[in-house]
Amino acid sequence: MNRLFSLAVLAVMLALPTVAWAAGDAITGEVQKQPLNVIAIAMFLLFICGTMGITYWASKKTTSSNDFYTAGGGISGFQNGLAIAGDYMSAAAFLGLSGMVYMKGVDGVFYIVGWTVGWPLILFLIAERLRNLGKFTFADVASYRLAQTPIRSLAASGALAVVIFYLIAQMVGAGKLIQLLFGMDYAYAVVMVGVLMVGYVLFGGMLATTWVQIIKACLLLGGCTIMMILGLVYFNFDFGQVMQAAVANSPRKAEMLTLSPSIGSDWFTSISLFLALMCGPAGLPHVLMRFFTVPDAKEARKSVFYATGFVGYFFIVAVTLGLLAVTLVGTDPSFMENGKLIGGVNMAAIHLANKVGGNVLLGFISAVAFATILAVVSGLALAGASAVSHDLFAQVFFRGRTTERQEMLVSRTAVVTLGVLAVILGLLFESQNIAFMVSLAFGLAASVNFPVLFLSILWKGLTTRGAFIGGFIGLITAVACVVLGPAVWVQVLHFEHPIFPFEQYTLLSMGLAFVSIWFFSITDNSERAKIDREGYAHQRVRSETGLGAAGASAH
Amino acid sequence: MSATTSDRIVAHPKYQELLRKRNRFSLLLSVIVLIVCVSFVAFAMDPVAFSARIAEGSAISWGIVIGFSIEVFCFIMTGIYVWRANGEFDAINRALIKETSQ
Repeated sequence: MNRLFSLAVLAVMLALPTVAWAAGDAITGEVQKQPLNVIAIAMFLLFICGTMGITYWASKKTTSSNDFYTAGGGISGFQNGLAIAGDYMSAAAFLGLSGMVYMKGVDGVFYIVGWTVGWPLILFLIAERLRNLGKFTFADVASYRLAQTPIRSLAASGALAVVIFYLIAQMVGAGKLIQLLFGMDYAYAVVMVGVLMVGYVLFGGMLATTWVQIIKACLLLGGCTIMMILGLVYFNFDFGQVMQAAVANSPRKAEMLTLSPSIGSDWFTSISLFLALMCGPAGLPHVLMRFFTVPDAKEARKSVFYATGFVGYFFIVAVTLGLLAVTLVGTDPSFMENGKLIGGVNMAAIHLANKVGGNVLLGFISAVAFATILAVVSGLALAGASAVSHDLFAQVFFRGRTTERQEMLVSRTAVVTLGVLAVILGLLFESQNIAFMVSLAFGLAASVNFPVLFLSILWKGLTTRGAFIGGFIGLITAVACVVLGPAVWVQVLHFEHPIFPFEQYTLLSMGLAFVSIWFFSITDNSERAKIDREGYAHQRVRSETGLGAAGASAH
Repeated sequence: MSATTSDRIVAHPKYQELLRKRNRFSLLLSVIVLIVCVSFVAFAMDPVAFSARIAEGSAISWGIVIGFSIEVFCFIMTGIYVWRANGEFDAINRALIKETSQ
C-alpha cells in the first residue's frame, strides 16, 4: 500500500515539471521560444529523475526513525563534510553572493569571511561534544541534563522559526530562477518546489537528502569551477586584469573595493551582521542534525574539516564569479533590459554561465542551482519535521510514551504542512531579497538556538529556568527586530519609518539572550536548578569521552 | 552509562590529562580565530585600509587578499585541530575508556 502510494506520487512529480512548464508556456507566450530552454529542461529532468531514483532506493532502506532522521548514523566524515557543505552552499550563497559582488563589490568578501569563521569555532568547542551527547536533534543535547518539556518546547520553537525564515529565502530564490529560465509563472514554480521537497523528504528521509546533498555539492563545486576557468580565459588567467576591469565596470567604480553604506556605515550593523553569519551556523537545525549522521566524534571532527575546505573554496569561487560577471555580463547589452540585468541582480551568475559556456553550461548551472535549492529546502523541511515530531509530539506532549510508528506519522504530516506553508510564504514574500532573508534566518539561529546549545554544553551553571526564559527573550527580541525593522515594517507593511532603525539586529538579540540566560540561571534557587547543576559532571564525562553515546547502524 | 563508570572516569588521572590538554588546545585555537575575526571587522570598517592596493598600479586590494586568505586560514586551523584530536587526544581517550570499563 505504502509502496504503491509512493510510486504514484513519484510519477506525478516526474510529470509535474513538464506539465507546469507547458502551462507556463501557454500563459506567457513567446518569451521562452529560445532554443536554450530545451537543454536547460533536459538537464533539469535528468537531475530530477536521478535524485528520485536515489529517494526510491533510500525509501527501501529507511525502516526505523533512526534511519529516517539520521541515515542510521552510517555516513562517513568525508561524505558528511560534503553534505554539510551542500547544506551551506544554498541558493542564496551561490546566486546571492555573486549578485552582491556584481552590484556592490567587496560586501561579498565581508559575508564570506563571516560565513566561514564560525566553522573552526564550531569544531573546537561544539562539534564532537554535540555528537557525543545527541541522538536526533540538537534539542536532545540542550535538554540532556535540563528539564525535557520546557527546553524541548524552546528548542523546537527556535528550530521552526529558523526553518521557516530560511525556507522563505530559498522558495523565493527557486521561484525567481524558474521564472527567468522557463518563463514559467512564479506561482507554478513555487508550488513545484514545494511538491518536490515534500516528495524527497517523505519517502527518503535523511539518507536520501544526504545523498542528494552530496551529489549536488559535487555538481555545484564542479560547475562553478568550470565557469570560473572559462571566465578567466577572457583575462588570460590574470587576477589583476579581472580586478582592473571590475573596478572600471562596477556600478560603484573604485568604491566597490570598500564596504557599501548598507553594511559598512555604522558599527552596530556591521557587528550584528558578522555575529549573525559567524554564530548562525551553530544554531541552524538542519546543519546540526548532520552531526548525528556520523558514527562517532572522530568522524564528526573530520566532517567539519572537509566542510570548511569545501565551503571556503566555494566562497572564493563565488566571489570570483561575481567579479567576472561585473565585466563579462555587465558590459554585454544582450543581458540588459531597460538598463537593468534581466531577472534581477541575483541572476548575475546564471547570465555569466550563458556568456562563457553557452546554452549547455547555462542549462547545467541552472539545473544545479535549482537542485541546490531543492536539496536545502529538503534538509530544512526534515529538520522542521523532527522538531515537531521528535521534540514537540513525542517528548513534550506525550512524554516519550509514543511508538516509533506514531512519531513517523506525525513527522510525515509535519513535512506536508511545512511544504504548504513554504509555498504560501514563498508567494507572499515574492519581492524580498534572498541573501538578506538568509542573514535574518542566521540572526535568529544565533539569538535562540546557539546561546542555549553553547551554554548547555560548556557552562555548568546553566539551569532550566535560565535557558527557557533567556532563550525566549532572544527569540522574541529577534522576531520583533525583524518585524519592526526596515525589511518588514517598511518594505512589506509599507509604514513610513521603521520602529527599529537597523537592518541587522543580532548584537542586541544575541546579547540579550546571553545576559538573561546568565541572570535567570544564577538567581535560580529551585529544586530543579540543583538537579541541572549536579547533572553537569555526568554530562561532561559523556561529552568529553563519548562514553555511552549512541553507536551507528551499518548499511 | 552507569554512574560508577562515570565516577571512575572522573577520578582517573588520564581524564584530567585529556581535559587539560584538549581544552587548552581548543581554547588557544579559538582565541586565535576570534582575534582574526575582530581584526578583520575593524579592518573592513576602515575604507582606506580595506581598499588599499597591494602594489602601485594594481587593482587588487588588501581587503580581497586578506578576505580570501582567511578562508584558507580557517581550513588550516580545522586541519590542525583534527590532526591532533584524532591522533593524540583520541589515543588518551581510548586508553581511559579501556582502563575504566572493567
